[in-house]
Amino acid sequence: MGFFFTIVALIVCLGLCWRYLGSYMEAVFNGRVHYLRFVERPIYRALKTSPEQEQTWKRYAGALIVFSFVSLVFTYVIIRIQGSLPLNPQHLDANGPALSFNTSVSFMTNTNWQNYGGEEAMSYFSQIGALTVQQFVSPAVGIAAAMVLVRGFSRRKSATIGNFWVDMTRCLFYVLLPIAFISGIIFVAQGAVETLAGTISFHDALNGVTQTMARGPIGFMEAIKQLGTNGGGFLNANSATTFENPTGLTNFLSILLLLSIPVALTYTFGKMVGSIKHGATLLAVVVILFGSWVAFTAAAEHQNNPAVAAAGIHSTVGNTEGKEVRFGDTTTALFGVASTSTSTGSADASYDSFTPIGGMGLLTGMMIGEVSPGGTGTGLYTLLIYAIIAVFIGGLMIGRTPEFLGKKIQAREVKLAGLGALVMPITVLVLTAIAVSLYVGRAGPLNAGPHGFTEILYGLTSQGNNNGSAFGGLTGNTNFYNIIGGIDMLAGRFGVMIPALALGGFLAEKDVVPEGLGTFRTDNGMFTGLTIGVILIIGGLTFFPAIALGPIVEQLSHLRFF
Amino acid sequence: MLVHLRRSFIFAVICMVMFGFIYAFAGTGVAQLFFKNQADGSVTANGSTLIGQNWSDTKCPGHPLGSCVFQGRPDDLGPYAANPKDDVSGGDNPGVANGVNGESGASNLGPRSKVLLANTKELVAYWHKMGVNPTPDLVTTSGSGYDPDISPMDATVQIPMVAKATGISPAKLRALIASQTHGAELGFLGSSYIDVLDLNVAFAKLR
Repeated sequence: MGFFFTIVALIVCLGLCWRYLGSYMEAVFNGRVHYLRFVERPIYRALKTSPEQEQTWKRYAGALIVFSFVSLVFTYVIIRIQGSLPLNPQHLDANGPALSFNTSVSFMTNTNWQNYGGEEAMSYFSQIGALTVQQFVSPAVGIAAAMVLVRGFSRRKSATIGNFWVDMTRCLFYVLLPIAFISGIIFVAQGAVETLAGTISFHDALNGVTQTMARGPIGFMEAIKQLGTNGGGFLNANSATTFENPTGLTNFLSILLLLSIPVALTYTFGKMVGSIKHGATLLAVVVILFGSWVAFTAAAEHQNNPAVAAAGIHSTVGNTEGKEVRFGDTTTALFGVASTSTSTGSADASYDSFTPIGGMGLLTGMMIGEVSPGGTGTGLYTLLIYAIIAVFIGGLMIGRTPEFLGKKIQAREVKLAGLGALVMPITVLVLTAIAVSLYVGRAGPLNAGPHGFTEILYGLTSQGNNNGSAFGGLTGNTNFYNIIGGIDMLAGRFGVMIPALALGGFLAEKDVVPEGLGTFRTDNGMFTGLTIGVILIIGGLTFFPAIALGPIVEQLSHLRFF
Repeated sequence: MLVHLRRSFIFAVICMVMFGFIYAFAGTGVAQLFFKNQADGSVTANGSTLIGQNWSDTKCPGHPLGSCVFQGRPDDLGPYAANPKDDVSGGDNPGVANGVNGESGASNLGPRSKVLLANTKELVAYWHKMGVNPTPDLVTTSGSGYDPDISPMDATVQIPMVAKATGISPAKLRALIASQTHGAELGFLGSSYIDVLDLNVAFAKLR
């Protein structure tokens, strides 16, 4: 019953986000919100730019890429020299070069894959000055890229598509900062830790236990970790720990935060292109996919764990291995699906210990390209890429030149959309094949049998989709996994983002074709169904053979243990 | 290109100051000012209520270790700590008594893992030896490795063990469990739970 009300509350809160956060973001990115002008102006002056100086898509993409790589270098340098920097009460040493490469790529690309355990590897300086900063900046980059594609549809015969620095500044100050700060206060009020005082030791006279616990500035990092669909926690066990995610309320807030911006962006899209109905069509795609994934993952996690059943324990509370009592089985499944259907990847349980089908729910949420609703910005542009392919296929079926929102979709656009949709599956599958072929790759998994294969597949899918969640049994901190993971994340980020930026640029140059009787409608249930079909065929069929070898075999090997 | 580099560098510095240090320091300031207890880790005289402790090694004169208190989940801080051979904890070192200085982390064992099966059987045997018919929570490890909570059911099944070791009547223990049960947040978010540390502190007062 509690789960039912959780879903109802989530729908109500997200409905409000969709309508009001969505229209607020439209006003922010169209420059109609000014209350922080006193912060914006000095930044534009320092950068020698202004909202009036618009960029072509190539200059925009250039600025975005250069900025991303400067961020990467900043992060890399800080975590390499943290031993000599202040704010390091635990006296942690520098991270090694391969791990630092993986980590800095990971945070720059909004992945937040962590081959380290936070409390034992990162100083407060690194957590604050490198990782939290990227947790603000990388979602802003994603949203900026999505704005380019949206402007491609909303502008006519325009050579320019906005100014990267202005979009970034507005996104950071008007959207991310205020929401993160207020949510941070709620996290701390509920019990999340926020201190710079280092570890703490307790002694309990009742049982003679002495404990030393890592602490840190956790609560406020937690807020932006979820809001920016980042997912990289301060502590190793992420949102499963009480210091990060103390109560059922913060767990709900986490789910809400990580879904809020991606969901709201579909409204922003609708409002910017002048047709809320188109935004609602995209939202319908998201809701149907997300709802189905939650339903079957929650049903799977409500089953008993096979090993626990084999040990003779009957469960009415679902699969409890790797889960926390205060969240419960179904809400944990909801958290998992929300985290893997966006590009968040935070975890309030051990995903590795999910039932085979429950784990498959998380894995396939990423494999369909993270479109339900996807990451901040990245979800919207990936969804639009699929919509363009759906328009193209729909156009082929009825024998007309496809149009989307009045823009002709021609060979160049379809090629770019195809590229954007295929880069991720190719990267993930090829790298998985390499990893399972090499001894160093096969040495990674903790579990044996098909579950071990799933650990490798999950790790590379997660990094290729910039998700960052993990089947934690995989030992990722080896030179091999650090390096192919880094390549995977870069390909997954820029292999989709650059085609999306180019699409935005080319579409903006086009004029709008007036709608006629024969125009293929892209704002109705038919189109929703077609887009879902395209997503499932590209995501589902491409990955089906790989899934069959992992979770499906594991589920079917009844009564066997590996 | 050079323009991009210059702007990127300046913007990266601005972001580091603004969204790194000012954000975190302002947040820590607000937290320490208004929510000092929570921000420091919810520490009580007996430890943090947010961090599970090892109750299975509690000395109970005349009775098996851990039988005169309510036990938490068998995380790295639980029965495993007594058995360094079971290195099953994905990063934690159960060999370090009571999980001191260990990272948070789960077992990460898959649902069809032989190791998980063996561990679960061992835990079932442990509970049977203690005279308890265990619930799933009591034979599985948590996501953080130090889940501080158990469900009301998990506490109820331990009543025979605790009653036998302490001589306190089951009815009193049931009333104690009921008084320590927290409902789901706002009535529906998450599950109802009992903080094991709070429960044992209240139990110690009762004794």
